Amino acid sequence: MELGKRLLEGDKRAAARLISMIENDDPEAVAILSAYFSHTGNARVIGITGPPGAGKSTLVDKLAKLLRKKDAKVGVLAVDPTSPFSGGSILGDRIRMSDLNLDPGVFIRSMGTRGQLGGLSKSTLGAVKILDIMGMDYILIETVGVGQSEVDIVKAADSVLMVMVPGLGDDIQALKAGIMEIGDVFVINKADRDGADRTKTEIEMMLDFSHGDWRPPVSQAVAVNNIGIEELTDNLDKHWSFMKDSGKLIEKRVNNSELEIIDLTQSAILKKMMGNDDNRNRIRELAKKVAIRERDPYSISQMVLKEMIVGEEGGVKD
Amino acid sequence: MDRPIRVLVAKPGLDGHDRGAKVIARALRDAGMEVIYTGLRLTPDQIVQAALQEDVDVVALSILSGAHGHLLPKVVDKLKEEGIYDEVLVLGGGVIPEDDIPELKKAGVAEIFTPGTPTGVTIDFIKNNLKRSL
Ligand code: B12
Ligand SMILES: Nc1nc2c(ncn2[C@@H]2O[C@H](COP(=O)(O)OP(=O)(O)OP(=O)(O)O)[C@@H](O)[C@H]2O)c(=O)[nH]1
Ligand SMILES: [Mg+2]
Repeated sequence: MELGKRLLEGDKRAAARLISMIENDDPEAVAILSAYFSHTGNARVIGITGPPGAGKSTLVDKLAKLLRKKDAKVGVLAVDPTSPFSGGSILGDRIRMSDLNLDPGVFIRSMGTRGQLGGLSKSTLGAVKILDIMGMDYILIETVGVGQSEVDIVKAADSVLMVMVPGLGDDIQALKAGIMEIGDVFVINKADRDGADRTKTEIEMMLDFSHGDWRPPVSQAVAVNNIGIEELTDNLDKHWSFMKDSGKLIEKRVNNSELEIIDLTQSAILKKMMGNDDNRNRIRELAKKVAIRERDPYSISQMVLKEMIVGEEGGVKD
Repeated sequence: MDRPIRVLVAKPGLDGHDRGAKVIARALRDAGMEVIYTGLRLTPDQIVQAALQEDVDVVALSILSGAHGHLLPKVVDKLKEEGIYDEVLVLGGGVIPEDDIPELKKAGVAEIFTPGTPTGVTIDFIKNNLKRSL
């Protein structure tokens, strides 16, 4: 618990260590997050997503610098893909943020997806809480470069910033099904390139068809030259005000907490089932009966649930 | 506990030669490590802050500028100041004359890998010399 106390005081080394422990499923870290959970919920969490190379990291760098001018403390979680073949990864988002390394009010952490497919890693939610406890006012989460179905960021963020680039053309059509719907604020980065205005018009047109109380604003930026960042933060602030004033913020946080509970419970059940050899062997034996049609898988699964998860008196088994 | 080794690959100083650093980053990734690549032209302070926030096991410095004698010991000293040198293995690589290596090792760099060293040698060295358990 010593680590938890240091984290609450804003100690970066404690934060760094705890994120590793959460990534490695260390039960001590889970206990600390559980004990200090009441210190979370204060940070504004913004997700930054979009296709590979759109300029997400460069934008995060510039957004963080602007927020620092307003004296806000900023945590950054930058997620990059883990290779499914080697299990290794090259996490390169920090390249665009090197000026922030020495800022005492900034903490940046790179994370590999480690097998998770939704654009984040399974520890991202835990890492968000760690940065929240350490006192960050803003937490910026950069997802992996997304294609069509990496939408986990909605479960982690209060606002999702969708970064697009000129000339996506047909790609916008392809993206629209899954990805486009999760953007709360849109920015067309690399507006120094040809076609930025056309892309803006196309996105505006598409958004006109969507319904709901919130019509996502669209702006342009040239992140490398620090252009368009003020307008972008204004748009993010507008979304934040809308969320708070309409009661959507609490609704969203309820939804996200619900998903998190389901997720954690599901993992806990799986771990209880598969985490011990007796259970694994038992399931294997039962499977043999199912294979030769001596038993059916439906009643067996009920039986497994009773044997391995629910105790005699209906409580949860140790 | 089964976890990937985390390595910070960094280039200290005003040195634009980044091919070697990229070769090493890829080799370590392919060996199953999580490599945080921080790009060019970092100061020792920036490197050490990044290493601290990323909670790495290894700081791997690539340098071909000739300024190794000054920059590598500086990184070691800053790691000590932050109290993380006991946990972090410091490696160097690039164009570094044989004669300079003993001095760098005395300063706290665990090993130096010069051109022509097979990447497998570096990977084995890391696995066998980590300062904290996996
Ligand atoms: C290609 C090259 C360039 C390219 C660089 C392109 C790039 N983006 O990298 C260009 C043309 C831009 C260039 C420019 C210059 N260069 Co030049 N360049 C070379 C050259 C010919 C090859 C370097 C290379 O890429 N090798 C291939 C890579 C894969 O090998 P490597 O970097 O050595 O890495 C291997 C190992 O060293 C090791 N390794 C490297 N880093 C690390 C890190 C760790 C942790 C580990 C474990 C291992 C490891 O593993 C790698 C794989 O085996 C060398 C000469 C030579 N033979 O080394 C000169 C050389 C490095 N350059 C030199 C010089 C002087 C310059 C300039 C100053 C020239 C000038 N006057 O303008 C400029 C400076 C540029 C700058 N901004 O810093 C000198 C340096 C002298 C010194 N150190 O005292 C060299 C040695 C040439 C010489 N003999 O004089 N250069
Ligand atoms: N022309 C132009 N280039 C830009 C702009 N913003 C970023 N870039 C460049 O685009 C490249 C990718 O930028 P990143 O910020 O790394 O993009 P990213 O979306 O984080 O990339 P991934 O994390 O790999 O998906 C870099 O070379 C940037 O310098 C811009 O506004 N205009
Ligand atoms: Mg990036």
